[in-house]
Amino acid sequence: MAKPITSLRDFETIAVGPRPPGRPEDGGRGGKEQPPNLPEGSYRLAMLFALASIGMLFLGFTSAYIVRQGLGGDWQPLDPPAILWANTLMLLGSSVTLHRSRTLLRREAIREGVRWLSLTMVLGLLFLAGQYGAWRQLVAQGVYLNTNPHSSFFYLLTAAHGVHVLGGILGLGYITLRGWRWRLILMGTPDRLKHYDALVGAAALYWHFMDGLWVYLFILLFLWR
Amino acid sequence: MGASSAPFSVSAQGKNPRILKGGKAMTQATAVHEAPKSFIRRYIFSTDHKVIGLQYLFLAMAAVAIGIVLSLYMRLRLAWPTERWPLLGKLFPNAMAGGTISPEFYLSLVTMHGTIMVFFVLTTAPLGGFGNYFLPIQVGAHDMAFPVLNMLSFWVTLAGFLVLMAAFFVSGGAPISGWTAYAPLSAVGEIAGPGLGMGQNLWILSIALFCIASLLGALNFITTTLNLRTKGMAMTRLPLTVWAWFTTAVLALLAFPVLLAGGILLLLDRVAGTSFFVPGGLIVSDKILPHKGGSPLLWQHLFWFFGHPEVYIAILPGMGITSHVLSTFARKPIFGYRAMVTAIFAIGLLGFLVWGHHMFVSGMSPYSAIAFSLLTLSIGVPSAIKTFNWLATLYKARIHFTVPMLFALGFVSIFVTGGLSGIVLGQTSLDIPMHDTYFVVAHFHLIMGVAAIFGIFAGTYYWFPKIFGRMMNDALGKLHFWLTFIGIYAIFIPMHILGIAGHPRRYAETAGFDFLTPLQPIHVFITIAALITAGAQLLFFFNFFWSIWKGKKAEMNPWRATTLEWTIPSPPPHDNFGPQTPVVHRGPYEYSVPGAAEDYLLQTAPPAPTKS
Repeated sequence: MAKPITSLRDFETIAVGPRPPGRPEDGGRGGKEQPPNLPEGSYRLAMLFALASIGMLFLGFTSAYIVRQGLGGDWQPLDPPAILWANTLMLLGSSVTLHRSRTLLRREAIREGVRWLSLTMVLGLLFLAGQYGAWRQLVAQGVYLNTNPHSSFFYLLTAAHGVHVLGGILGLGYITLRGWRWRLILMGTPDRLKHYDALVGAAALYWHFMDGLWVYLFILLFLWR
Repeated sequence: MGASSAPFSVSAQGKNPRILKGGKAMTQATAVHEAPKSFIRRYIFSTDHKVIGLQYLFLAMAAVAIGIVLSLYMRLRLAWPTERWPLLGKLFPNAMAGGTISPEFYLSLVTMHGTIMVFFVLTTAPLGGFGNYFLPIQVGAHDMAFPVLNMLSFWVTLAGFLVLMAAFFVSGGAPISGWTAYAPLSAVGEIAGPGLGMGQNLWILSIALFCIASLLGALNFITTTLNLRTKGMAMTRLPLTVWAWFTTAVLALLAFPVLLAGGILLLLDRVAGTSFFVPGGLIVSDKILPHKGGSPLLWQHLFWFFGHPEVYIAILPGMGITSHVLSTFARKPIFGYRAMVTAIFAIGLLGFLVWGHHMFVSGMSPYSAIAFSLLTLSIGVPSAIKTFNWLATLYKARIHFTVPMLFALGFVSIFVTGGLSGIVLGQTSLDIPMHDTYFVVAHFHLIMGVAAIFGIFAGTYYWFPKIFGRMMNDALGKLHFWLTFIGIYAIFIPMHILGIAGHPRRYAETAGFDFLTPLQPIHVFITIAALITAGAQLLFFFNFFWSIWKGKKAEMNPWRATTLEWTIPSPPPHDNFGPQTPVVHRGPYEYSVPGAAEDYLLQTAPPAPTKS
């Protein structure tokens, strides 16, 4: 029984190259060392993949936007409502405050860090309020979702982005609560701090992505008309 | 080990002496986790990947039963178009009043059968079911990376299923636009036909929920595979099942959002009066619609950009299970492990570049059609690599013809049969006459539907002893295999002939088409074959549920297989490996290793004293 297998392995070596050295019997490389597996690495990894997925959603919208624009006809580009510039500044500012918060948290200046985290949430909420204001401005001009394809895309893309920002705000809220629940301020053990840093890190990744995504959408909607 | 968990539990069997012997290599974990005590947390809103996997499997079983019944209604209508079925009509008192299947109702059957099968069976069972149950065990993890996300993923899937089922019960009934929901038919509302009002809205909502659930699941699969592997479990030591689930999860992660985008646009066209997909000046039922300037082809592009990867989402886990089972029962290492992994990835990558081959007749530029055609045909290369490696694994093997092995062999057979017609359809010149005929129906049912189902069956028979601690009945299983295998070919081979003769899909009857009249006996033959094959599935359902309670007790490793799930009790305890986290010393398919005492070496088997 051993004989034919040996010859097949030889055949395999010719076909796909030799097996990696020491494969059958060594103690092994790779894999993660630690059980129980700590979640720190998973947060960042999962967030990166989640962002890839969200990116695909907006790529889908983008391709629809470009195709629909190419059909011409009833395409009437809007002028950007003035409030959008203020909103953009607000969102960009929130990325700065979040970064500041992370730096402080890393320096174990927990109290200040959480304060900046709250400021980030406030800026995010102001951004959403501003986006709603932009909708109101358009409605006041008589521009609705179904007025023309460009307005459809404006409402659609701002709404889709806004929902994701809202998710981000809820996430930051959860993190703030969790920090409070763990009494990080009073008794942040190194393990908890590490875990907390990973949570905030993943949230920051998401938040900066939403920031960049908005800039991208702004350019798509109003420079690529 | 807290193994007295599942309702189907047998008492935990003694720890495998082999594992204890390797105890030196084991690392100590901190604690043994007990399963939650309350019924609700344990079996309903459970975060245990094994319970969630079973929930997915049972959902898929319910869905497949409904899907099969719908297909039988269609087959009856096709074989005997003028017959009335008052008794069968009781199931659909409104849509099938008087026991006749109207052409519109036939179309809603087509739509619901396709949607249920593609999403809630072919995606749910192999990925959500087996993937959830076995991926963490096979990589040596205690659970998925994000158990709560995992639980949410199942419940959102279930919500999607219930929303889809609700489409049967709303006014107008289920949608008639097919599982592809082509615009403008799907976009203009009830004016275009029954089921296109509320039914279509529910369809879109259901698919949107399914997309979200799949994303949550995919994130877990990817993170768990990359980050939670146990010591020594290098990527090159992952079982091919894990590679297949991992690749499938990446496909799902990137493909479903595009469908979600398309679904949102479609819903806006329907309820908010936008014009993404509806062209201007469209006249439906003698009315000019107010929409202007949209493009129905845009929907097709968005849909098929998702739709083609979806085909691989359905079939790749089946390929993984087939590789796994073939190696086990050939008692030989899988031939060309690295080539197999590369081929899985190549198929996944090419799957994103070929969506245009569903649209050859849409009036696309012949140059793009040629590009899509060449890319499509090039999928034949990794597919052939897989097929030849399966054959090489079987070459000169002493095959154990167990039921899972039979289904794995059946998978290879059907994959080749269905793949060959894919080479025909992948060429524009041949696709144009074949498009929208039964040839296409035969092709995708074999390669995507039945092959994937055979993968599911192979997985079910193979892992049943691990999941429930009991064996399924062997004789019943073999009978089930042969009836199904022969039945499937009896159903789908004649469909190729119908297609070559030019029989269009989706027509409820052929009356009035002279060239189709002589084909009617083939329809009758197919329907009889379908009835028998569907009947054979009752054997499976009976065997499954009977064996849960009455089957022969299973050992810890009844197939004498090598991967990590076979090193723990059947059924596995709540935290899989208890206090002992496995350490992996070798690849997943060490069968018939020369010089070894037995013809298999568990992945945890410690290295032999230096010799090679």
